[in-house]
Amino acid sequence: MFTRGWIVVALVSLALPAGAKDTVGLSVSTLNNPFFVTLRDGAKAAAGKAGLELVVLDAQDKADKQVSDLEDLIQRKVKVILVNPTDAAAVVPAIQAANHAGIPVITVDRGASGGKVAFHIASDNVAGGKLAGELACKLLGGKGKMVELEGIPGSSAARDRGKGFNDAVKSRCAGVAVVARQTANFDRAQGLSVMENVLQAQPAIDAVFAHNDEMALGALQAIKSSGRKIKVIGFDATDDAVKAVNACEMAATVAQQPAEMGRLGVEKAAAIVKGAKPGEKTEFIPVALKLVTGAGCK
Amino acid sequence: MSPARSRWRELLSRYGITLAFGVLVAVLAVLSERFLATSNLLNVLRQIAVNALLAFGMTTVILGGGIDLSVGSILAMSGALSAGLAVAGWPPGLAMLAALGAGALMGLFNGFFVAYARIAPFIATLGGLTILRGATLVYTDGRPITGLPEAFYVLGNGSLLGVPIPVWVMLAFLALTHALLRYTALGRMIYAMGGNEEAARLSGIPIVQVRLFTYGFSGLAAALGALVLTGRLNSAQPTAGSGFELDAIAAVVVGGTSLQGGRGGVTGTFLGAAIIGVLNNGMNLLDVSAFYQQIVKGGVILGALLIDRLVASRKE
Repeated sequence: MFTRGWIVVALVSLALPAGAKDTVGLSVSTLNNPFFVTLRDGAKAAAGKAGLELVVLDAQDKADKQVSDLEDLIQRKVKVILVNPTDAAAVVPAIQAANHAGIPVITVDRGASGGKVAFHIASDNVAGGKLAGELACKLLGGKGKMVELEGIPGSSAARDRGKGFNDAVKSRCAGVAVVARQTANFDRAQGLSVMENVLQAQPAIDAVFAHNDEMALGALQAIKSSGRKIKVIGFDATDDAVKAVNACEMAATVAQQPAEMGRLGVEKAAAIVKGAKPGEKTEFIPVALKLVTGAGCK
Repeated sequence: MSPARSRWRELLSRYGITLAFGVLVAVLAVLSERFLATSNLLNVLRQIAVNALLAFGMTTVILGGGIDLSVGSILAMSGALSAGLAVAGWPPGLAMLAALGAGALMGLFNGFFVAYARIAPFIATLGGLTILRGATLVYTDGRPITGLPEAFYVLGNGSLLGVPIPVWVMLAFLALTHALLRYTALGRMIYAMGGNEEAARLSGIPIVQVRLFTYGFSGLAAALGALVLTGRLNSAQPTAGSGFELDAIAAVVVGGTSLQGGRGGVTGTFLGAAIIGVLNNGMNLLDVSAFYQQIVKGGVILGALLIDRLVASRKE
């Protein structure tokens, strides 16, 4: 009996007044990652400035939930959809549904492998991977054994960072070998357990490159417990990672600008709402990257 | 207890879920003007299709006194198989049929441990969950399978007479399962086995075979759900189905089927799945944070279990 009453009370207390502002939808892959939290915050701030209402839905890293989230955004008749895909292929039918409904789509940080997308706002992940690869080369003096911790298989971020990194290592450092390459799905706990296993399997490791800071920090923990001296390079420059770099625990991280990505996404959306017509082809808007290294670490 | 009060209890246990569903729809219709749009309602039906399919299979197992925690992994493996075979050149129809067969086989694999080896269903299917998830990761190499033939896309995203195809699949399977449970001898045997296994065994019901059937059926339902999901995502994801077993059980429980077995049915499960789907959709339309959504969902499930406990204790 009180189930129904509970539901009614909960929902009535959450009823939103009808607003006159235009609404833009943002479907984030997961808010369990500080990178995307910052992205969302940047988007929210920009929406406030532009006088837009921003609806944020969290797909909890589930492709099917993201499809449902996008369907619901279409249902809400938002003016523009910003999407950060959990998987480049799985999101395509939902993007096509948005295209059908006449709602422009902007992809943020990760791309989609199909559907009509007006803008793709992301770091040049290939360039970022290259920065990491070149630094690894320098730190190892041109030879050594490396481990690569990959992101979610199929995501454009993992694919591009891996490509940039491996191309740089192959072309500049013939003496550096990648002895282990495993995915830890951009997750800290998985980075920890995968690194523990790799430490067991590989007697000699000089450095680790992880496709994001969450995995790097997990790997760092495993390395600390093992007592071995291994350099760790991450990607994202989240607060925890920057702290670790400044404390000389991590060698470096590649700084993206997630808040900037969120901001640019909303700005482009605001322009579309005001009447700007997106082009036929997807316009790629790269967001600058830079390497963050510890000053005064040996 | 006075006759009037026991009549109320009877009505509550039979129509309580329908009433709850009606109230929920009414509240959401008031709170969001977009809720009752035909396109939104069709969306909701399409969104609950995969969970409902799994839940129909789960209902059959639970009615028989068991439980199946591996349906999420069976879904992943069947989906990966159907996609892998289709991409390898099999005609899509054949690939889908093969996946259905594989799903049933995986269900029977679980059933073997429960029915013959007499291992507790919770443990046996937990083992199935892990083994099959691992098998899926091995088969897919941890990567999504893409580049599927058109047939999959149509299955997941197409419409017939204005109604999405996943909804047709869900309704057809609902009718099939309902007919099986209510109108066949096998169905009655499942109820009997769940209600009182010893009495059922003594009255000559082949417990082992019936049990085996329920698990095989659950595997088949999971494979059917896999085909719809693979179509909807136009790809087979190695992580597909994670946690789906809990959502299926939630739909079964909210729908009024008792976890002890022997009481309930798939029409209730369909309403249970609809309630959860409507809640999810409504909360998305109202912009409720995903974290609060989880709390509400858990609250609804607990509430449903409590009601089930109240009703059951009166019947003893």
